[in-house]
This record gives sequence, structure tokens and C-alpha cells, in this order.
Amino acid sequence: MTERNRYPGYDVLVKRHSPSWNEATRRVMDARLGVPREPRFLSRIEWDTLVAICDRIIPQPKNRPPVPLAAYIDQKLKADARNGFRNAALPPQRAAWQIGLAAFEVEAHQLHGKAFHHLTTAQQDDLLRRVESGRIDAPAWGDLDAALFFSEHIMGDIIAAYYAHPTSWNEIGFGGPASPRGYVRMRNNRRDPWEPVEAGPGEEARVGRENRRVR
Amino acid sequence: MYDNPLTTPRATHGRAPDVFHPGGWVPMREYPQREAVDFVVIGTGAGGGPLLARLAERGYSVIGFDAGPYFRPLEDFASDETSQSQLFWTDERLVDGANPLKMGANNSGRAVGGSTVHYAMVSLRFRPEWFRSRTLLGYGADWPLDWREMWHYYARAERDLAIAGPVSYPWGPKRPRYPYRAHEINGAAEVLARGAEAMGYQWSETPLATVSAPRGDSPSCVYRGFCRVGCATNAKQSQLVTYIPRALAAGAEIRDMAMVGRIAVDAAGRACGVHYHRNGAWHFQAARNVIVAGYAIETPRLLLNSATDRFRNGLANSSGLVGRYLMTQSNQAVYGVMDDMVRWNKGPPSLTITEHWNYNDRKDFHGGYCWMAQGPLPVEWSAAMSTSRRLWGAALREKMGDYNHQVGLKMVGEMLPHLDNRVTLADETDRYGLPIARVTYSWHDNDKAMIQHALGEMQRSLELVGVRDLWRQENDTNHLAGTARMGFDRETSVVDADCRSWDIPNLWICDGSVFPTTGGVNPSLTITALALRTADRICVQARTGEMRK
Ligand SMILES: Cc1cc2nc3c(=O)[nH]c(=O)nc-3n(C[C@H](O)[C@H](O)[C@H](O)COP(=O)(O)OP(=O)(O)OC[C@H]3O[C@@H](n4cnc5c(N)ncnc54)[C@H](O)[C@@H]3O)c2cc1C
Ligand code: SF4
Repeated sequence: MTERNRYPGYDVLVKRHSPSWNEATRRVMDARLGVPREPRFLSRIEWDTLVAICDRIIPQPKNRPPVPLAAYIDQKLKADARNGFRNAALPPQRAAWQIGLAAFEVEAHQLHGKAFHHLTTAQQDDLLRRVESGRIDAPAWGDLDAALFFSEHIMGDIIAAYYAHPTSWNEIGFGGPASPRGYVRMRNNRRDPWEPVEAGPGEEARVGRENRRVR
Repeated sequence: MYDNPLTTPRATHGRAPDVFHPGGWVPMREYPQREAVDFVVIGTGAGGGPLLARLAERGYSVIGFDAGPYFRPLEDFASDETSQSQLFWTDERLVDGANPLKMGANNSGRAVGGSTVHYAMVSLRFRPEWFRSRTLLGYGADWPLDWREMWHYYARAERDLAIAGPVSYPWGPKRPRYPYRAHEINGAAEVLARGAEAMGYQWSETPLATVSAPRGDSPSCVYRGFCRVGCATNAKQSQLVTYIPRALAAGAEIRDMAMVGRIAVDAAGRACGVHYHRNGAWHFQAARNVIVAGYAIETPRLLLNSATDRFRNGLANSSGLVGRYLMTQSNQAVYGVMDDMVRWNKGPPSLTITEHWNYNDRKDFHGGYCWMAQGPLPVEWSAAMSTSRRLWGAALREKMGDYNHQVGLKMVGEMLPHLDNRVTLADETDRYGLPIARVTYSWHDNDKAMIQHALGEMQRSLELVGVRDLWRQENDTNHLAGTARMGFDRETSVVDADCRSWDIPNLWICDGSVFPTTGGVNPSLTITALALRTADRICVQARTGEMRK
């Protein structure tokens, strides 16, 4: 099934040289889009598990290049960039991710005799839900609070990585970077020409043409 | 080459960044480390900024230390949520208790200018009775201050920050006209207004610290809506573009990327300087007076980390209250969807407000709250949605598709002070080898009652104007206070009304941590007003000889 595209033809990156992007923004976005697609911190098996988890937390459509979510988690771990606080029941984020990913593998093997990334999507979702609600048994989790790991890291880190990416901004019709130009039309149903138009059912072709002029 | 302010200090060699001109510099006085300066101020935020400016303007030699970088907003600030986490205090802190706080992006900054560099600019005054809430309203603790005096300093803070607000504000005693006209409201803010009217409550444009017309080198706000991750145009009147430049012009020095690890005390038991880490090494700066303004986590942490044989429980802590009575504010929200194209991210996030329940006492819990319109950016929004509604997978992506139709109301509510909500030192250490903070927080019955009341009220007001698919964000808090409370005597407080510590006469604490109660409005304007008052009190005490006592 192809999902409905609410903002067809909109590409926030077209505004790169418009007054909505300053030099600092271009610098940051170039780095984000250029993230290496290979693991630099995680091991191969941890990486495979993580890629499969990311695919379930944010399933992405096949008709566009995917946002490389696992690469952003790996990058965050490599830099050891933290959020500024940690629930005292969790170990530091690198250890949390490594223990957690290994535990997913152990659980997958125990339940299905296969690596997590070889399970069906239904089996993967089922296992994710068990971890989410803390219904787990593998000793591999050790002291790691599985439910907390799920909410703070699996959901927290992966979802934040997705909505930091321009591809997701196109999808939700977010104007994206806006400095120095900002916005002019503040009231409901008023659109600045550098904001996308939303397409109702059947309007995709016409709106797509309009959105290609958004810049 | 991009000169990275996070790795190399910028305020050096007799000059500091000119935040208004790309690549520009302003001259900066520098003081030798071995000669004692009149004042060292630790932290350059809502409290530290005004102190630096006022003390320098009165002719004192003063140095402002900040652990964070000296940003040039025009050049360093991307329009991007993720990379702008460079503004936050991201060194580890442990959180626990029944309702662990979220820190980082949610609670504290690290930069010259402090948290005002990323705050949402909402600039409100306390309700006068809150300064005497124990006596007049029957809860919390009294402040040793007179509200009329605070009213005078609020007015001065509003002028200094060119607050843009309405011609007449609906609540509280008369106040002067706001210096700048109120900002135009956006679609999301209009929903608050219509909802309030439907309930018979008053509403107002929110007084904001971003200019609605040019001011000096600040252009007027362009409604880009990235305020909470730093304003790249300098419309926002943060301390970085207001008090800090004033301080420099008056002869203050700023030491950026300078983490103070310890306040030194001499044989007589007086503060005599600070040990700080800068450029990869520890240094010592001698001082005649030390003022701590590091906010409600770092201030108690520093005082506790500065323990000596004489002050075994940390400095200024004979009462045992340093780190105690930590308060946050409840920040719950109700969100929903409209058919209209709203695009709530346009403009500052909280353009309208109702303080109805701050000034109405017909309720069955203590304390007050206000609510404001909302406009979160995508990363923050996805975190609120996914954690509150336990959404992930296709269901999350589908709901995120409504981003441009979303509206919401968010409370800022007064949580009551409790002894056991506190900051202590953990066993873990940070990159400087200093023990990190453990932050313990649990909501109490009164807090929970207020939250439920507010959620019900906000929900009803959205229902009345036809917002659909409503849901509640039940678990969010923001802003900090307490941990070094001011009071009437040395047994029950850490500092006196002048923010001077009871134990060490030349050690002051002047930031959000001195609040005995936190009120139902955002705290910064009160912190700034208090700092302006403290600067005046210091000058008076110096004149009358009280300083030497
Ligand atoms: C996202 C967000 C939005 C907010 N919005 C609003 C709002 O709209 N209105 C409002 O009133 N308030 C708001 N606040 C709260 C407000 O920012 C703070 O209450 C206020 O800035 C606190 O002032 P302060 O002087 O106590 O500390 P801060 O402004 O945080 O300054 C403390 C400074 O001290 C430095 N420091 C700490 N320890 C050391 C050390 N040991 N050595 C050297 N430097 C040190 C830190 O780096 C920091 O720069 C918001 C906060 C956040 C996080
Ligand atoms: S909306 Fe105004 S205050 Fe906020 S970031 Fe933009 S220019 Fe600055």
C-alpha cells in the first residue's frame, strides 16, 4: 500500500540558498546529510539488530531514500553525545545500548532460534512490545530496566533522529529552517510562499506543481 | 576556518565577541589572576548577567565566569533543533525519585547568557501575595521581601529587556506600560484567546523578551519560531545581547569556557577566590567577594563540592538546606487538531496567556497556574507525542502528519517546596573530575491535584472552540527553583533577603535557587529583578560599611 503524500512535490532542501537558510544551517545540514552509512561504534551484529529495530520504530516508505536512522544512533554513541541527564536506574548510554541490543538478540534466539533482523516484522513488533512493557525473561538484560531502555533510548533516540531529518519535514509539511527570513503570515489558513501546500485527496498533481515552486 | 566556541574560549586577549557584528570584537578589560577583584560572579544567566552589568557600572572590578561558550548568534546558530543542543547543559546528571526530572534541553543552559539564550522569553511578574504565601495564602514559605520593592525592580527589568507586551495587563496591581508593543498573535495563540473567552476568562498577549520594533542593533522579531533553540537574529533580548554587552562596556571581564570547580575559603572563613578550569588546566582567581549564579542544580553542586574541614557539609550550609526544597513547575498540556491550516511553529511559541487561576482562589489546592499557547518544533513534538501516547511505528508517522493542524495549551504551575526534593552529589564524576549532581524529585498530592485541575480546564477550553482528537501530556515539567532558599533566619534558610549567605558574609547566591516558592509563572523576570535589587543592596552595604562585617 502506498501511503498518502500530504505535501507532494515539497522539498525543504530546495530552500538551501533562499533567505530561510543561513550559513550555520547549511553547515549543520551538510553534516547531517553526509552521515557515514556504516557502523563506526557498534559491532556488525549490534548494527544489524539496530537497523531492524529502527525499521519497526519508524517504518519508511519504499519510494524514497530512507533516513539512515541507525547511522545517527551510531554517530551519537561514537561521539558519546549525551542528553544532559540519565535516569539513575540506567547505565550510561553507550552501555545501555550495547546491553540492550545484545539482549534483543538473545531474546530473538530464545523465542525463534534466529537473529532479530531475520524475524518477520510481526515477530519483531511482538518482541518490541514485550520489551516496551517490561515482559522479558532473558538474563541477558541483567540490571538493565528494559521498559526504561525502550522509552528513553529505543523510542527517544530513534524518533528524535528521524524528526531531525529534512525528509521527515517534507512529510509533515514543516517549513524547516527559517533564518533570517522567518515568516510573515501568522493567521490560520494563510501561507507564506516559502511554505508548502497541503493536498486533499485527488489534489496531488496540482498541489505537486505548486509545491515545486515553494522556495 | 570556523572558530569553534565550544573548544576554544573567545573572550581573551583584551577583547570579546561583538554579538551584533559578524567577525566583530569589542574591547574587554582583563584582570590579573593574583590580584583580588571586587567580585567574581559564577554564571552569566538571568541572575548573573544583570549583576555583572550593574556592579561594573557602579565601578567595581568584576569577572563573570561561565562554563559555557561565548556564542555569536548571527554566525553560530543554525535553524535546527538537534545541533542547537550545543546551548544546553549536556554533561551527565542523575535523576531519580518518583517523578524523575528531565534536564538538558528541558531545564538548563550552558553559555554566556545562561539559559536566557534558549529560553522562551515569557516575562511575567509574580502575583504580589506569593511573596507572602505562607501568611496570606496558607502554603509554602514567605519571602523576606516586600512585593512593592520587587514591583519597582520588575519595571526596571522590563525596561532593560524591552519587553513587548499589551497596553494593559489584565491581572494584578497596576504596572507601567510595556516598553514595546505586543506581538501579533498566530493561529495557535488565537485558539487560547477564543477558548478563554468561551469560559469567561480573561486572556492577554504574553509579555515577551523579543522586540516588536528595532532596538539598537537588535532587529524586530521575524517570527521564525526557533526561539527555544537560540535566536539567530538577535531579536530575543537574552542576557547575551543585553546585560553582557553593558557589563563589558562598563569594564567587566567575561571568562567563557571556564568551569568553576571550587570556591576557596581563607583561614578567617571568608571566600577568597575560585578554582576554575579553562584551556585544559586549573587556575585560581583571587576575589574579595564571590557571587554564585549557576542555577538550581549547579549552584548547590558547587557549594557542596567546595566543602572544607571547617565547612564539612559544603559552603553556606550550616542550616543543612543547600540542595533542599528543589522545585520545578508543572508543564502539562492538552493538544488537539483543527481543520484549519495552523502552522503553529510560526512566531514565538507562547504568544497568548491566561493567568485566570493565578488570581482566583476558589479551588481546592494551594498555588496557582497559568496556561499558554504552544508551537513546538518537530523533534520536541515527536517526543511529546510518542512518550505521552506510547506511539511508535506507522501509527506515530501517521499522527505526525497532522503537525500543521495541531494546537495546544500548556500550563506553568506552582509546585510546592518539599524538603526531600533535592540535589545531592553522586559518586560518579564529570570530565573535570568533579562529583556530578543527583536530582531527586517526587510530586506530592497538592501538585497532582493542581495538574488534574489544569488539564480539565485546558481540555474544556479547547473543546469549547471545536478542537478535536484531544489528548493530554501528563508528564512534563520545566523550570527550576529552590536549593538555596532565602529567608528570615540562618536556621531555616541559606541566604538573607539580600541574597547574602548567612554563614559566609562575602558569599552571595543570586539566581533561581534562592526562591522559597516558585509561583505560577515562568521564573526569569523575577530572577532578573532580584539580581538588580541585589546589586543595589551591595552598593548600599558597601557605602554604609556593612559589607565588611
Ligand atoms: C527550554 C526552556 C525554556 C524556558 N523558557 C522560559 C521562559 O519563557 N520564561 C522564563 O521566565 N523562564 C524560562 N525558562 C527558565 C529560565 O531560562 C531560567 O529560569 C533562568 O534562566 C535561570 O536563571 P539563572 O540565572 O538561575 O541560571 P541560568 O540562566 O541557567 O545561568 C546559569 C549559568 O551558570 C553557568 N554555570 C553553572 N555552574 C557553573 C560553574 N560551576 N562554573 C561556571 N559556570 C557555571 C551555566 O553555564 C549557565 O550559563 C526556560 C528554560 C528552558 C530550559
Ligand atoms: S521568533 Fe523572533 S525571537 Fe524567536 S527566534 Fe525568531 S526572531 Fe528570534
